[in-house]
Amino acid sequence: MKEFKQWDGFEGRLWKEGVDVRDFIQNNYTPYEGDESFLEGPTEATDKLWGKVQELQKEERKKGGVLDMETEVVSSITAYGPGYISDDLKNLEQVVGLQTDKPLKRAFMPYGGIKMAEQSCTMYGYQPSEKLHEIFTKYHKTHNQAVFDIYTPEMKKMRHNKILTGLPDTYGRGRIVGDYRRVALYGIDYLIEQKQKDFDEIARPGMRSEQFRLREEVAEQIKCLKDMKVMAQSYGFDISEPASNAKEAFQWLYFAYLAAIKTQNGAAMSVGRVSTFLDIYIERDLKSGTLTEKQAQELVDHMTLKFRMVKFARIESYNQLFSGDPVWATLDVAGLGMDGRSQVTKSDYRFLHTLENMGPSPEPNLTVLYSSHLPENFKKYAAHISVATSSIQYENDDVMRPVWGDDYSVCCCVSATETGKEIQFFGARANLAKCLLYAINGGKDEKTKQQVGPAYQPITSEYLDYDEVMEKYDTMMTWLAQTYVETLNMIHYMHDKYYYEASQMALIDTDVRRTFATGIAGFSHVVDSLSAIKYAKVKVVRDEEGMAVDYEVEGDFPRYGNDDERADEIAVWLLKTFMDRLRSCHTYRNSEPTTSILTITSNVVYGKATGALPDGRKAGEPLSPGANPAYGAEQNGLLASLNSVAKLPYEEALDGISNTQTINPGALGHDDGERTQNLVNVLDGYFDQGAHHLNVNVFGKEKLIDAMEHPEKEEYANFTIRVSGYAVKFIDLTREQQMDVISRTCHETM
Amino acid sequence: MESKERKGYVHSLESFGSVDGPGVRYVIFLTGCAMRCQFCHNPDTWDMTTGTPYTAGELLDKACRYRSYWKSKGGITVSGGEPLLQIDFLLELFKEAKERNIHTTLDTSGNPFTTEEPFYSKWLELVKYTDLILLDIKHIDEEQHKILTGQTNQNILEMARQLSDMGKPVWIRHVLVPERNDKDEYLHRLADFIHTLKNVERVEVLPYHTLGVFKWEQLGIDYPLKGIDPPTAERVRNAEEILKLK
Repeated sequence: MKEFKQWDGFEGRLWKEGVDVRDFIQNNYTPYEGDESFLEGPTEATDKLWGKVQELQKEERKKGGVLDMETEVVSSITAYGPGYISDDLKNLEQVVGLQTDKPLKRAFMPYGGIKMAEQSCTMYGYQPSEKLHEIFTKYHKTHNQAVFDIYTPEMKKMRHNKILTGLPDTYGRGRIVGDYRRVALYGIDYLIEQKQKDFDEIARPGMRSEQFRLREEVAEQIKCLKDMKVMAQSYGFDISEPASNAKEAFQWLYFAYLAAIKTQNGAAMSVGRVSTFLDIYIERDLKSGTLTEKQAQELVDHMTLKFRMVKFARIESYNQLFSGDPVWATLDVAGLGMDGRSQVTKSDYRFLHTLENMGPSPEPNLTVLYSSHLPENFKKYAAHISVATSSIQYENDDVMRPVWGDDYSVCCCVSATETGKEIQFFGARANLAKCLLYAINGGKDEKTKQQVGPAYQPITSEYLDYDEVMEKYDTMMTWLAQTYVETLNMIHYMHDKYYYEASQMALIDTDVRRTFATGIAGFSHVVDSLSAIKYAKVKVVRDEEGMAVDYEVEGDFPRYGNDDERADEIAVWLLKTFMDRLRSCHTYRNSEPTTSILTITSNVVYGKATGALPDGRKAGEPLSPGANPAYGAEQNGLLASLNSVAKLPYEEALDGISNTQTINPGALGHDDGERTQNLVNVLDGYFDQGAHHLNVNVFGKEKLIDAMEHPEKEEYANFTIRVSGYAVKFIDLTREQQMDVISRTCHETM
Repeated sequence: MESKERKGYVHSLESFGSVDGPGVRYVIFLTGCAMRCQFCHNPDTWDMTTGTPYTAGELLDKACRYRSYWKSKGGITVSGGEPLLQIDFLLELFKEAKERNIHTTLDTSGNPFTTEEPFYSKWLELVKYTDLILLDIKHIDEEQHKILTGQTNQNILEMARQLSDMGKPVWIRHVLVPERNDKDEYLHRLADFIHTLKNVERVEVLPYHTLGVFKWEQLGIDYPLKGIDPPTAERVRNAEEILKLK
């Protein structure tokens, strides 16, 4: 059993015998049931630093979205010396470390794809280095090149026709959460020791390529751990041993995360579940009198400030998919333990409180792991923060805990992975609405007229027949699932090979479990279309070549989003069927297939590429985001809509079911007290039915319209809203996406 | 076969009401109203025959789908239109609701109220099954009330007094319409009346708004308040100050 003097006062045994952060937490955390009255406001240092960062953010916006960009140096853990928010405020930073040498400066990361790295430079007026171009085209292959080397013509066509979109073949797949807490708890040297042990054990008689690969990977991981030490050293810290107090714990943890965001520009670079862990250090220091509440909050504020500053160089097509420069620095609070105790600590309050101390912000993507059994005080505080800032999301701990245990982290928008034990292969999404049109048109794309899917017999009748459509749709979905998974298998094979996440994997067990995420777009439109075909009459409008290009619906039909069983059972059928098709496919590296109903802001881009649908949605209109009911479909108010979504079984969509709702403050209660309580009731009622996720926005349409017309107004500088999958500054969305957000149902009663 | 069960005529259903009574509420809007309030934002509920028929049981089954959101405070609210016009159905609905242990709120203008039979004894029975009444008083002045709504207010005030005598909890609501009832004199008279009542838990000032004007246009009726803007925040505060409970 290992012993460090830094562990004085900590209880438990298992976590000292091997890396086991969960066991450490369970043995040492202090649940908190009180209210928020203990919280402290921002310190002068916080105000100054945040003021400076806001100045920089304004400058960034003025310069078209990018403040500064690297063109000469390939990013790595040790590529840069120390960097600070500003030289004259250097001593105020309680948590130090930047991705590059300057705040908000974006690093050059070519391993995902040199073309994209260069494009993101030229897009913002920077000239990429010729030398690096030569290296990464002549001497070193990148992930993107590797994938395109092996794609089949069919896959390229599916990509081009956007039945598959957002595939991580042009950018880092992300969604891998290192257990950054390990560095604070154990120090780097112990972690290297453990990895070295793993490395030695892999070498056995009869080794094969699997083992060779693993040894190479672990060797890379150890190299990263060593580099982390060097990086910390440059800031004047020795992280070879465990953190000895709260300030060090915050710093060590942040260095570990910093190593990840210096090496990977994954779509989602989540922080994970850190609040309960860090609280243990704070409590110890508070007790020993070496830290005050004011200082504790300052640590939380300063680390959060750093999470607000994470930046990556992105290309135009990426921005269209994921608008507003999100990085999904997802940070989770609350949740219950397997023993039934609440994991809410004072630090869970402190992290939410950053939204009051420094105002609303999209990052970090603050996520409340919700259960109606959480302490009432905490539920109310979280609801209060939602009403005031619209910056947080809720996920149902009661459905996730049985699957992922009580130490999972949300690795992106809504997907859970067990911290330090598991990773996810991110898989973007397939457009099931387009797939329905392929079923009707015999595999031909309704927009490009190309034969993309298999040339099955198209439907030729004047009116659509439910049984015929279902039979053809099922066949087309089977094809889609199969080729989708094969495409992802190629991507992940190459990602592992050319853009392996060594610094994150160094903080995850060598014997890692893997899930294989896929995703569904166009969900509600398929449900409503099938319902229209079943319960009303749908007449097909064909062009001169006989392609179905539009639909006329005669009569009424039930729509998803009204708690109407007739439509909702189609929704459940659709999810289960697609998931079944995915399950029957071979997935890379023995991963477990999952799916999500989550579009992020890509619903707009997807919609553009999708023809008219039998539910009455016109060609080119945005699809509804995530698992949200279609625009205008909800006729019975918010709760009816929530009830419909709550019927979708989480076990069939373990990657998450995203739902975003906007409530007018006037429709939520007479005053803030009532609004808070009513929101708690809504969350309890929704999640007690087994629903998975809810983004909560509290504002009126008028505010959105005004913010769109007057983005220059001071009050809108940090105006944050939740969109499917993340939070974003409203004024950073594209105009199209702003219009889409505005047009979606805002729940208000007259 | 035609069902023998009594049906209520429903204009629409709202699963999430949070300002029409305490907590989270399922709001049932019934059709039919005899008042012709100039500021009405739901003129599409005036005609009872346009409603969708439901039995009490059907509606409560639907409502109970939202029980998990109600917690201790929430329940159902029946609004309209003017729900008392369908008092036989309402009686059945609330009676069954109480059997199912649901909190009941009635949102009414009081216009159909009369002490004449057969209405009066039905009303007495209904009050037994009603936990809270939201009573709209449109105007305290009889003559002005007639101008604003086309109806007398005497029976409405009488109903308020009877509810006070019975000790039935009431929230008074008052739609504030500039150039109609937004005069300090009227507000003070209304306040004086409210202060004679012993059962008022809350007084709400609802600022007149124009969100329902398009419905008048759709129905092809001239909108009587053309050119009148919603009250200023200051006037709303003024009304709240005058009408607040002592």
